[in-house]
Amino acid sequence: MRSRAAAMSLLEVRGVTKRFEGLLAVDSVDLDVGEGDIVGVIGPNGAGKTTLFNCMSGLDAPTAGEIRFRGQVLSGRPDRFTKAGVARTFQNIRLFPHMTVFENVLVGRHCRTRVGLAAAIGRGPRFRREERESADKADELLEFVGLRRQGDTLARNLSYGDQRRLEIARALASEPGVLLLDEPRAGMNAAETRAAADLVRRIRDRGVAVAVIEHDMRFIFGLCDRVAVLVQGRKLVEGTPAEVQGDARVIEAYLGAPTA
Amino acid sequence: MKPPALAVAGAAGLVAGSVSPWATFAGFPGKMTLAGFPGGARLFALLLTAGAVLFAVDVGGRRRAALFAAVGAGAIVVMNIVAIADQGGGLGTVAWGAWLALAGAGALSFAAWRLPAGEPAPDEWPRLAPALEVGAIAVALLAVLGAVVWGLEIAESSRFISFLVLLVFASVTLHHLGVFSALAVLFARHHRMAMLLGAAAAVAFPFTQQGNAYWIRVFASIGVFAVAAIGLNVVVGLAGLLDLGYVAFFGVGAYVGALFSNAALTTTNIHLPFMLVVILGGCIAAVFGLVIGTPTLRLRGDYLAIVTLGFGEIFRITANNWDGLTRGPNGISGVPDLALGGFDFGESHELFGVTLPGFANYYFVELLLIAGAILVFTRLNDSRIGRAWVAIREDELAAAASGIDTIRLKLLAFAIGAFLAGAAGTVNAHVTTQVSPDSYTFLESILLVAAVVLGGMGTVPGALLGSTALFVIPEKLRAFQDKRLLLFGAALILVMRFRPEGLVPSKRRRRELRSEAPEGVPGLAGASGPAPGGPLSA
Repeated sequence: MRSRAAAMSLLEVRGVTKRFEGLLAVDSVDLDVGEGDIVGVIGPNGAGKTTLFNCMSGLDAPTAGEIRFRGQVLSGRPDRFTKAGVARTFQNIRLFPHMTVFENVLVGRHCRTRVGLAAAIGRGPRFRREERESADKADELLEFVGLRRQGDTLARNLSYGDQRRLEIARALASEPGVLLLDEPRAGMNAAETRAAADLVRRIRDRGVAVAVIEHDMRFIFGLCDRVAVLVQGRKLVEGTPAEVQGDARVIEAYLGAPTA
Repeated sequence: MKPPALAVAGAAGLVAGSVSPWATFAGFPGKMTLAGFPGGARLFALLLTAGAVLFAVDVGGRRRAALFAAVGAGAIVVMNIVAIADQGGGLGTVAWGAWLALAGAGALSFAAWRLPAGEPAPDEWPRLAPALEVGAIAVALLAVLGAVVWGLEIAESSRFISFLVLLVFASVTLHHLGVFSALAVLFARHHRMAMLLGAAAAVAFPFTQQGNAYWIRVFASIGVFAVAAIGLNVVVGLAGLLDLGYVAFFGVGAYVGALFSNAALTTTNIHLPFMLVVILGGCIAAVFGLVIGTPTLRLRGDYLAIVTLGFGEIFRITANNWDGLTRGPNGISGVPDLALGGFDFGESHELFGVTLPGFANYYFVELLLIAGAILVFTRLNDSRIGRAWVAIREDELAAAASGIDTIRLKLLAFAIGAFLAGAAGTVNAHVTTQVSPDSYTFLESILLVAAVVLGGMGTVPGALLGSTALFVIPEKLRAFQDKRLLLFGAALILVMRFRPEGLVPSKRRRRELRSEAPEGVPGLAGASGPAPGGPLSA
């Protein structure tokens, strides 16, 4: 598994360190997300998982280290990362609440469309074709996540689980190579969790590699090809679910050292 | 359905009271001492009494509608009782008709309050034949034009306030009956026709003034202000960037207009064709927008507001001190009237038997400018650019993570807003015939923001309505002199308390309507009735 990932790596995290005034949030972490991978990132609260994702998606600039996507180093503002092909969702859902579901997905198309000021005002054939293509794509994605019928609803009026799915559809609209999911099943019940896992697999089957942060061990171990464990900003272990589950250091990190 | 006896009694009392004397002394506006005639504010109360019809017909939302109509009638009576007592010197000067009407309004309100809650107004009204639907749009626009003309004709402040109360309560009543949301659907469905009819109503306005220049002059001021308000609406309403120095762009345009038109006291002696000057004014203002925006748009919210405020003041102080170009505090006066192809804009003209004063010419030019601004606003709003702006307004970080170059798009919003303000400014230089720094104070910026927020952020009708209200109402309250701004401030507070989303709230367009507008017809995204779930329907 590891060798395969290294050979066909899409997104490479190399020695990424993020330091906030005196706090070392992420400490020289390496991570690979390969074509067709579902990679899990777990760790106790405050282990630096979300900060790592923020570095991987351009929200935080790493203090040291670099992010490469398809061999190219990514830097700068988040939209460059998205345009390059790294999309993400947020732990605390961040939709555009007063836009419709359909429009939320269209916003995700922004970096894949080109119409400029003059064309938008002039409404030529190019504008119409591009709008139609975006609409078709958005419809397809809403169908894919199961929100086709809620297209005209305002995003804020969706149920919690639907909001998470809309966020995924919006991220997919930018046609990413890698999708970063930050706690996609937070606040879901058992049935919704199964549907979420199924959705992640279907995303992978579309040809989008997935990296996912989760606290739910069963969810992660049932879903991922590889799992990385972060503890206090450092990568403690990385391996298959079976390897990680059996690792004494992981158990210690979560439950504390056995007292003699 | 049989209406309750109390409602019948209340309505009868209101009608009888409205045609009976309200004042015991002559001199109160509206012939209030006459019997058998609903003069002055009595007519407004009588009009709201028509809401009593709702007791006989069971339609959705009728309880609140009937209640607001009855309470509105009562409010007009109370207001006039206070005004009459104030002018006449005591409650004894209030005649019996007013008391009868007040009792009637009370009974009617109580009866309405006791109505069963019933169904809310339907979201969708049944479809009619297209001709009928267009007819309904025409009637609605005619009603708006009629209300404007009627309101402007009212000279006395007390009666004008009564008229405003009528407008407010009648609107709320219609809102609860679902009339506005039905009209919004119609406007979106027959978009082009509605725009055309709206333009026709706007063009018709100067013809209603019978050669009187006063209100046409006021509307010529409103026109330029409205263009700037639409521009500011791009910045504040769509992109969510609070710009407290926006009037500076307007000022840049005005100076460009004055300097390139061979004004009497010009410093440049350059005269360019007006069409070119409008574009030039817009472009120079847009460049200013980019210059100001580049360092500041990395800031957010409050910080941006403070910095733009500072830049607005820098513009004003610079204009005040750059004697070589702007002639400092004296400003550039003697800006000539426009003359296009031998047509002098300063002259009055005879058309269809009506004398149109010179200001009407500017008003018509401004209508063209407004049409252009509406085109830019609605088409951008309904494109990837407008969606990106709204996304930035809603959640800047999520917008960036969705692939939007937020800095670039914010700059674009700034530049477009500045362009529209600049273009409006060039026209304003000719309307006011002089440009001086004291016209571009912080207060003007605040008024523009107020117009946008009052009207409804992110909507064109909101910006138009807000600008109009902001000019007309203070103009109408002149009789109150020093209390004028106090009353105006109170009105603003009331609107913000009861309708924080503005008079015409923004509503994202539904796709059903989108797909019925063939070949990407621009969306009148703002043409929408009050949003359900607003504070008024709570």
